[in-house]
Amino acid sequence: MATAAITAERENYLNQEYGIKSWLLTVDHKRIALLYLLSITFFFFIGGFFALLIRLELLTPAGDLVQADTYNKLFTMHGQVMVFFFLIPSIPAVLGNFLVPLMIGAKDLAFPRINLLSWYLYIIAGILMLHCMLTGGVDTGWTFYTPFSTAFSNTKVIEAGLAIFVSGFSSILTGLNFVVTIHRMRAPGMTWDRLPLFIWAHYATSIIQLLGTPVIAVTLVLVVLERALHLGIFDPTRGGDPLLFQHLFWFYSHPAVYIMILPAMGVVSEIVPCFSRKRIFGYNFIAMSSIAIAVFGFLVWAHHMFVAGISLYSALIFSMLSYLVAVPSAVKVFNWTATMHKGSITFSTPMLYAFGFIGLFTMGGLTGLFLAALGIDVHVTDTYFVIAHFHYIMVGGAVMGYLGGMHFWWPKISGRMYPESLGRLAALIVFLGFNLTFFPQFILGYLGMPRRYWQYPPEFQVLNVLSTAGSTILAVGYLLPMVYFLWSMRYGKIAPANPWGASGLEWKTTSPPPTFNFEEPPVVDFEAYDYEHIPAPQEARVGG
Amino acid sequence: MSEHIVSLKTNVSVWLALLVLTGVTAGVAFIDLGPFNTVVALVIATCKALMVVLIFMHVKYASDKMVKVVVISALFFLMLLLGLSLADYATRMLS
Amino acid sequence: MLADSPVAVAHHNPELKHHFADMEQQRDASSLGMWLFLATEVMFFGGMFCAYLIYRLWYFPDFAAASKSLDITLGTVNTAVLICSSLTVVLAVGAAQLGKRQAQVIYLALTLVLGLAFLGIKGVEWTSKFKEHHIPGASFHFEGSIPDHPGQPVDQQHAQIFFSLYFAMTGMHALHMVIGVGIFSYLLYQAWKGRYTPEYHTPLENSGLYWHFVDIIWIYLFPLLYLIDRKK
Repeated sequence: MATAAITAERENYLNQEYGIKSWLLTVDHKRIALLYLLSITFFFFIGGFFALLIRLELLTPAGDLVQADTYNKLFTMHGQVMVFFFLIPSIPAVLGNFLVPLMIGAKDLAFPRINLLSWYLYIIAGILMLHCMLTGGVDTGWTFYTPFSTAFSNTKVIEAGLAIFVSGFSSILTGLNFVVTIHRMRAPGMTWDRLPLFIWAHYATSIIQLLGTPVIAVTLVLVVLERALHLGIFDPTRGGDPLLFQHLFWFYSHPAVYIMILPAMGVVSEIVPCFSRKRIFGYNFIAMSSIAIAVFGFLVWAHHMFVAGISLYSALIFSMLSYLVAVPSAVKVFNWTATMHKGSITFSTPMLYAFGFIGLFTMGGLTGLFLAALGIDVHVTDTYFVIAHFHYIMVGGAVMGYLGGMHFWWPKISGRMYPESLGRLAALIVFLGFNLTFFPQFILGYLGMPRRYWQYPPEFQVLNVLSTAGSTILAVGYLLPMVYFLWSMRYGKIAPANPWGASGLEWKTTSPPPTFNFEEPPVVDFEAYDYEHIPAPQEARVGG
Repeated sequence: MSEHIVSLKTNVSVWLALLVLTGVTAGVAFIDLGPFNTVVALVIATCKALMVVLIFMHVKYASDKMVKVVVISALFFLMLLLGLSLADYATRMLS
Repeated sequence: MLADSPVAVAHHNPELKHHFADMEQQRDASSLGMWLFLATEVMFFGGMFCAYLIYRLWYFPDFAAASKSLDITLGTVNTAVLICSSLTVVLAVGAAQLGKRQAQVIYLALTLVLGLAFLGIKGVEWTSKFKEHHIPGASFHFEGSIPDHPGQPVDQQHAQIFFSLYFAMTGMHALHMVIGVGIFSYLLYQAWKGRYTPEYHTPLENSGLYWHFVDIIWIYLFPLLYLIDRKK
């Protein structure tokens, strides 16, 4: 590690080369991570914009802001953009791309050019999606159910399907790169049981990306063919079975939710030990539970189809399996809690997001068990109860994990500290805004308000107003980090190599790292989360 | 891949076996075995696939066990897709 | 550059990428990468096999009738063509392992010829399907009755589903063949330039894996599509 005076001008991956070509043709995993950061942030705001319009419409019981057909397009595109263009890439493509090589002591991912290709595929998919949205949009729901999507919808189903198909390949290539990298590029001494849990989480995520995504890819191909050529594969009036589409769609889309949550769990597993100054409790259990979630996650997909017409016997099987899949997630929650027990807790911004994650993910997960029970599901399926459930996991869980990770590793990525008090404030605003937005939706769903409806009975208005109010607060909470992260790039305190006193190879190199990550190739002779032997955090240097 | 070099004799033997099995598959299709026609066809196809995977694709000689893990995992997940979907279709009439 | 440590190896193989420690790591990584990609392809085709499985169970008699209308001779010949091409691929890789440039070129060229032959025969089959109005869509019409039940006409919708899946599956397979032909054309050129040696022939090996995989898909497609019920 350099002992000379650390200035912001030391050569690192950001200043090693300038110019647009050096970014658009980079094969440096860290620069590609930043390319992804910009792109997914852009799509996050697009998806958020649709959410805003939805919540505005739902302020009043009448359908008075937009027409019904437009409303269908709003919730469809909100879902598609958020799922495929924000949540699925978010942590893996930004934090994973940046950190996986660093955490295992490698110079780059196994296939740097494929990494760049994966970003370009994402951009192509994004352009297709934007064009689709600007020229009429899609109104089928993000789930594309047939035969509406194949035979009746008058919107741009084919273009949206193709966009998602291409984005799927981006996802597959990222997963492929991570698996090969983790298997083949670990530094000497970095055995499997010394890997950070963030790596285990991304390994498990990559398995799902590799094995699940191709199924939705081929399904979308069939939908496009069916719509274009008027086939009958999914159309009951032509001998087809709409449930076949649903089986193929959910075979991927259920594991997809684990693509969205496992990386966030990996982030939490890094943050909690650091800000408890304690070794993680139950390393093996957390590592194995990630793999278990990846595998079990493929066994439960038809719980999205309980009332669609599947046989009662298969519904029973899938219900039981859905209970089983909750167990490894619960294991993680217990282990994080046990890590904090008798730890020395610092309520830093990342830790606040981690706390938020643990609480909100638990609520979302438990409500998933309600939905897994057949009797309850008959009552609450396709209501706001389901919407609240998955937003607790996706937003209260995954997005908070993403924000926590962005704050935790921001010093490493940018070489600057963000303003801590603003960070904590934003975290609190996000937490309050989130709960005000989505908790009322559990009640609304239980009381019977259906999802995807643009008008509702007047007795539901109060709860809807609360939800919309919450969403504006949440929006403020999301805008704040954008502002102060940008601010910090110019005015933030210069970050030392390890501002948090955290364990892990990424903290043993400079902030920001040099292009090839380490001055000397590291050799690992210490266990992960070795917090008894790690000194207290350095003070961030004043500078800039 | 390993440095193991498969002998010409092995490769040609596999090739001949594959051609013979192809002929057998086509021929057996004309013989009435009832429902077993499908079983026989798939068993023969699987034998052919195994020969291609193990010999032509070197899996038998691979020193690295990850290759076998990947192949078996892919097949396992494919069986999950087919099997659990079939569980629905096979039991619909019973409900 | 930080890529080379102070004790850099005196001579790198020019094919070694800077982020790998040595050729062996690079080869192992590339190979694992190709196997993982093939695993994704198993699931990709698997989705269509799933659809096929369900409808074959539901509409067996109509599927049997439709299957009989496929040309079993051309199907069998095509299977043999692909099997021969897998042999030529294996021989090409073997030639590279032994440093024989000319043999590599010959076997790769043969592979290409066989691959193109497969596609040509496929084209012939599809053209005859077009003439018989078996291509799904507005002009689809299937003449015929259920095997063993001459009075019972085939259900048009069920037959159309068979052909939808037939064209989707063989079409997707053919697309993979076309991509394979493209890849092998590139390999042929590089092999002719002498790029593949006993120390470095990873692209040949990994492309060979891809080619064998596409062959395996056909090994299953052939009995499932062509041989549903030829007894009657």
